[in-house]
Amino acid sequence: MRAFSQLLDGLVYTRSRNGKLDLIAHYMATAPDPDRGWALAALTGNLDLKAVKASAIAEMARSRTDPVLFEMSRDYVGDLAETVALLWPKPEGQPEELDDGSLTLSALVDRLHATSRAAAPTVLAQMMDHLDASGRFALLKLATGGLRVGISARLAKTGFAQAFNLDVDDVEECWHALTPPYAALFAWAEGRAPRPDPAGTPFFRPFMLAHPLEADSVDLTDYAAEWKWDGIRIQIVGTGAETRLYSRAGDDITGSFPDIAQAFGSHAVLDGELLVRGEFQGGEAASFNALQQRLGRKAVSAKMMEDYPAFVRLYDILIDGEEDLRALPWAQRRARLEATVPTLDPHRFDISALIEAPDFESLAELRAGARDAAIEGVMLKRRDSPYVAGRKAALWYKWKRDPLTADCVMMYAQRGHGKRSSFYSDYTFGCWTEEGELLPVGKAYSGFTDEELKWLDRFVRGNTVNRFGPVREVEKTLVLEVAFDSIHESKRHKSGLAMRFPRIARIRRDKPAHEADRIAGLRRLL
Amino acid sequence: MPHWIEPHPTGIYVRPADAWIDPSVPRQRALVTHGHADHARGGHGHVWATQETLAIMALRYGTASGTAVPYGEDIRMGGVTIRYVPAGHVLGSAQIVLSHAGERVVVTGDYKRRPDPTCKPFEPVPCDIFVTEATFGLPVFRHPGTGSEVDRLLAALHANPDRCVLVGAYALGKAQRLIMELRGRGHHDPIPIHGALERMCALYADFGVELGNLPPATGLSPRDMRGRIVVAPPSALNDRWSRRLPDPITAMASGWMRVRQRARQRNVELPLVISDHADWDELTGTIREVAPSETWITHGREEALLHWCMTHQFRARALALVGREDEDEG
Repeated sequence: MRAFSQLLDGLVYTRSRNGKLDLIAHYMATAPDPDRGWALAALTGNLDLKAVKASAIAEMARSRTDPVLFEMSRDYVGDLAETVALLWPKPEGQPEELDDGSLTLSALVDRLHATSRAAAPTVLAQMMDHLDASGRFALLKLATGGLRVGISARLAKTGFAQAFNLDVDDVEECWHALTPPYAALFAWAEGRAPRPDPAGTPFFRPFMLAHPLEADSVDLTDYAAEWKWDGIRIQIVGTGAETRLYSRAGDDITGSFPDIAQAFGSHAVLDGELLVRGEFQGGEAASFNALQQRLGRKAVSAKMMEDYPAFVRLYDILIDGEEDLRALPWAQRRARLEATVPTLDPHRFDISALIEAPDFESLAELRAGARDAAIEGVMLKRRDSPYVAGRKAALWYKWKRDPLTADCVMMYAQRGHGKRSSFYSDYTFGCWTEEGELLPVGKAYSGFTDEELKWLDRFVRGNTVNRFGPVREVEKTLVLEVAFDSIHESKRHKSGLAMRFPRIARIRRDKPAHEADRIAGLRRLL
Repeated sequence: MPHWIEPHPTGIYVRPADAWIDPSVPRQRALVTHGHADHARGGHGHVWATQETLAIMALRYGTASGTAVPYGEDIRMGGVTIRYVPAGHVLGSAQIVLSHAGERVVVTGDYKRRPDPTCKPFEPVPCDIFVTEATFGLPVFRHPGTGSEVDRLLAALHANPDRCVLVGAYALGKAQRLIMELRGRGHHDPIPIHGALERMCALYADFGVELGNLPPATGLSPRDMRGRIVVAPPSALNDRWSRRLPDPITAMASGWMRVRQRARQRNVELPLVISDHADWDELTGTIREVAPSETWITHGREEALLHWCMTHQFRARALALVGREDEDEG
């Protein structure tokens, strides 16, 4: 158990992605079977234990410790599992803080599997006595069903792949043919067995991605144009019997969008944009803000699904029945897609229309005139491009709408993370009200060069007027030209506005702060 | 009739001796337990403290007119017999034992019970009134063995030969103890240190604490610091100073590191639970051992320790002393 609890601790404290991958890879390469398989299941969110309720954990703690001290401790620490893990008293005569090695991760999983909910606190208490504080924390997190170590399933699989020099997409392909603790997967990874056969399971295929368009124009006889929709990229994988939805990172998000999954019964793999239908746009796609209401939810209420109905605007078809279409040119796949869409539920699926433009100049005009909130720009796809994983030069381009900009005044600054932890690199900025008050409208931590960052850091340190914990308030003198993709109503800021993807476009040392933009001006961009 | 010992927000007043223990404002006559800033302030008229504490105060405040009190020797002051007894907290730290009118009072200042290679160990003194700290006065604070924490530090260092491990440690006490713990486990490499630690480390060396080779980090290139443990005060961890280091792993040695959120708030990647204060078991165990008829709790999480005393048949009260507890000290 110690190896696993140390891995979790490491994942909590390590900030860099590569650092996390190294930790996972090291564990997967060195831990014994079947422990590492259960660990992989826990990290990818596939460990399905009968969850012990938080109230039962608290009850268990009160039976072992003074309830008043327990409540004081919980107040101080915040997290229930951590409080109990830290204050758990050992039986008399045992040394403190020792994971005695008698409890393996797999034994723990077996016992929790075999325990009734009523008996779980007793069984947990017995296991707690053999662990140190980290081990107890890991046990309680597993038992309550939420590890929350800040990694995605995809990252865990990438770490696993790194351990055995595999391609993570090869792992992904066979993932759904496997069940924890993944004996067949480890056997293949170590060269002891052939790759598990994914046939018949709804597994993820890596997305094809686009480069930003940097050339001044492309020839529309070679490239087809379609709108780039401002939702989330999604892959629908149906076997006929089962349908799963994957995010761009390869995470299974079926649980968040059961309305989409249930409406899809075909045997195919499709690529599209997940959007929410907005009532204000006559049933058209609503802005990204509306979609955010549906993201990141494990359980979705019927009301959520009714208020924010999701649908998918389809871009491409990868697999049709048993036939893999990925090697075909885009134009042929497009024809297959056009033939497929009419067979789908029209409330949940439509096709992303092509933009008809005689030449590139006309396309540029259409792009400039597009005012639909759900349009992020234009996609350009080579008519003969196969569907290949990742970004391949000259096949697909994204040509985003020119960003909006506003001149804002820096108000607060905070330190960044990782390499930037010694720099004040996160800036909150605001615009003026009619009464001459500055209200925050957004926060940005990108867009500047390393040289500009050094300058901004010096500005913050030299112009601090107040400190609130890690936050510094600065003199309201520096104007930042902020670029952003769109702006929306928001309750989060006092100004009632929130920018999407704001970044620092320029530092306007030349501009006096009182000449920065007003809130009223920003509202006109809504 | 007030008791001859009076707790005030600014310190503990010993009436017959007309002297204050660890006063937080300048006083004519001050009895100082140890050199940390929340106990030893500048500006007093005359200070009684151990020789080491006086030296630390001289270093920090320039001048200190003082009388050095050797451990274990009785001095008399206005009808009170005063003895300084090791507290095991930092170099020179003392409990002040006061006897008067047939009653014995022990003021611990700050203390810990586990071994520390840089100072003499805590000596329990049975007493009538025990005045204790409660910095880590919650049962969630159980410091693990120092050895296992130092081993985790060395393991991180060896696993990352191209990086360095930057350890935040309080400049008085923690930094030197950490260095000695590393030496004790066979780590004899140079340990580059932040400029703010230099004079205190030199002072420790003058008192016979053999810290080994501690080059100033400021004079070294990133290449020289690869594969090294670098020690700095906690305030330097995320400051501009650390930019000179080769891709540092940020560590911190403190009892607060036991709580994850505390470590994450400070961007610490390698939390080391090494404390110069008594943990929960040491606090409660010490009260049991000295078996006072009354316990006064000075600073920290006094409510929980108060509750423990009351449920274990120890009379206790919490004092509200001002200005105690610098978080970095833990």
